[in-house]
Amino acid sequence: MSKYTNVSLLDSFVNLNLTDSICNKSLSAPVASTAKTPCKTPGKKSNFKTPKVTPSAMNNTLKTPGSPTSAADRYIPNRNAMNFEINHHLLTQGDKTTKENDGEPVKDTTINQSTKQQAISEALNCDLNNHRILCFNDKAPLAPEGHANSLKVLYSSSKISNSCKKSNRHIPSQPERILDAPDIKNDYYLQLLDWNSNNLLAVALDKDLYLWNASNGSITKLVGLPEGEYISSVAWFDGFNNLAVGTSNREVQLWDAEQQKRLRIMQGHTARVSTLAWNSHVLSSGSRNGQIFHHDVRVAQHHIGTLNGHEQEVCGLKWSSGGNYLASGGNDNVVNIWSKDPGNDRPLYTFNSHTAAVKALAWSPWKPNLLATGGGTADRHIKIWNVNNGSCLYSVDAKSQVCAILWSKEYQELISAHGYSKNELIVWKYPGVSKITELRGHTQRILGLSMSPDGSTVVSLSADETLRFWECFQVDNEKKKKAELKAYKDILVNNPLRSSIR
Amino acid sequence: MSPAAKSSITLKGSVAIVTEFLEFGINSILFQRGIYPNDHFVQVQKYGIPVMLTNNEEVKKFIRTILTQLQKFTLDKCVHRLVLVIVDVRTNETIEKWDFKIELTTNDDEVTNEKTDLNEIQKNIRDVIRQITASVSFLPFIDKLCCFDILLYTDKNTLLPSDQWSDGKPPIIAREEKVQLRSFSTGIHEIDTIVAYKKEAV
Repeated sequence: MSKYTNVSLLDSFVNLNLTDSICNKSLSAPVASTAKTPCKTPGKKSNFKTPKVTPSAMNNTLKTPGSPTSAADRYIPNRNAMNFEINHHLLTQGDKTTKENDGEPVKDTTINQSTKQQAISEALNCDLNNHRILCFNDKAPLAPEGHANSLKVLYSSSKISNSCKKSNRHIPSQPERILDAPDIKNDYYLQLLDWNSNNLLAVALDKDLYLWNASNGSITKLVGLPEGEYISSVAWFDGFNNLAVGTSNREVQLWDAEQQKRLRIMQGHTARVSTLAWNSHVLSSGSRNGQIFHHDVRVAQHHIGTLNGHEQEVCGLKWSSGGNYLASGGNDNVVNIWSKDPGNDRPLYTFNSHTAAVKALAWSPWKPNLLATGGGTADRHIKIWNVNNGSCLYSVDAKSQVCAILWSKEYQELISAHGYSKNELIVWKYPGVSKITELRGHTQRILGLSMSPDGSTVVSLSADETLRFWECFQVDNEKKKKAELKAYKDILVNNPLRSSIR
Repeated sequence: MSPAAKSSITLKGSVAIVTEFLEFGINSILFQRGIYPNDHFVQVQKYGIPVMLTNNEEVKKFIRTILTQLQKFTLDKCVHRLVLVIVDVRTNETIEKWDFKIELTTNDDEVTNEKTDLNEIQKNIRDVIRQITASVSFLPFIDKLCCFDILLYTDKNTLLPSDQWSDGKPPIIAREEKVQLRSFSTGIHEIDTIVAYKKEAV
């Protein structure tokens, strides 16, 4: 503001008005160091002629208080650097040249050139002729390889919302049900949630494991570990009420949910078991030290294979729906694809393009070679891979940490769960991977996702100590009726009861 | 105020204050602009606020070498500004520069006036450091790998201090925008801080 106040009060009427109009122009942009587009100028000309504006403008000028230092605050910096006069000169000059472009351009451009020169040396902040610029030859070291500005997470998070694609089906934006999950362990690397085909939802809350029966709402406490230990992963044995539980005490335990008793303990890991995945009778477990073990749960010598493909904690582990491939994601930002043959100890493919831990992994239920992966805070990308040839088909920036991904069984869609800043779930359309909708409600990052056996509901477990059930993949009624009719007919034809009466 | 408020300041003292400010200012900029990873910095209390200082020995040495030279130049009254430039490593393009103008306001070697109260000076310095911290809110986000360099603008006839120094090129930013931050004065030197950055393409 100092230039503003420096204008002598004895200056002509026009002069005051002139500074005022420049100020108005310059306020929109912090600094205009070069000439602006001349097309704006004609409008300003009319401003010159209106004397009405001046008294109030003059009052403002007179009242503007203080020295340049006190005029600035943290967000409104002082305007010393803004050369109002030169800028105005350039503005009007630019106007002249365009107006007289076909007349006598030579003279005007020379004037413009010299002022431009002046402006450039002003922009460089000093008279280059009078100064010598010195620099030290031994430059400062470069930032380490792979360093990304960590503020990226803060300053670009969810700034631009990807436009949502119109969908012709309704997805409720509110959760259908909310359950409390007190004492949930807020650890990104753990796998604390699983829903089995008998409609039992297993949730690990620190050292205890609870089963919630989604059919009748009953709750059973299945596992209680001794003080100081906690459950780090859970996985249902598909089709049975048997549950594998990984613990911080480096064990993998097998539990029978019906009898409510432990079947066996499998040891071998040297660090906590942070993820588990079943492939028929083979249980694969990933540990904090980066090792993946295969356990054959039917035999006494359960340890049948070891995969060493990760430098750091394995936090994502999923068998493909056909059981041919195992995908593993680690804190070392690597995704490995392994073949099902336990003797094969080299990964088929290694995907390095994520720049943060990969916890979210999901195999498509309808295309067996399609894998979706999601990276952590520094990466935030969802990538979709074809594991037949190891190519990346899609890569989308989700603008937030990806904590989990699931594919819909019913629709060609996938759902991802996120952390900071909106803690939302996003439903994406495949192929093309465009956003369909966002589901918000959680107040802290989501730790895990699981899908109901009928595929219609997704449950999300969050660090805000709640479980939210979202009916995002509801089957539409017409289709459902058809399917029901078909099922009914099947029952009529194949009903064992009916055949026994005959 | 206490009688101490009327204390005098010497050229040497003023130079010490200025170089100290520049050290903290440069470190804050390196941290705020993400030139080095967060774990290369430690937090210290200075001017009554937490300030980040680098713990990377090489960076520390680089800054210290330049500031020691600046200190000598300032005592000789032949330096006019220190410019920190941030350069995109890949394209070698200057994308941001921080201009610290060091203006000698008097030729006396010792000054006593209302500006020389140490507490007041420190308060003003704190405000500048705070503005540097707050500047990330309007500066364009740097997502490229960048390095920094420090240039000293001296009198034309100044000789290179040693063969480790050479002439630098004036940093030019295409589509530049400038914001001037607060300034402070020690009674002998007045420091203006101006940040210039590349305007983001619309």
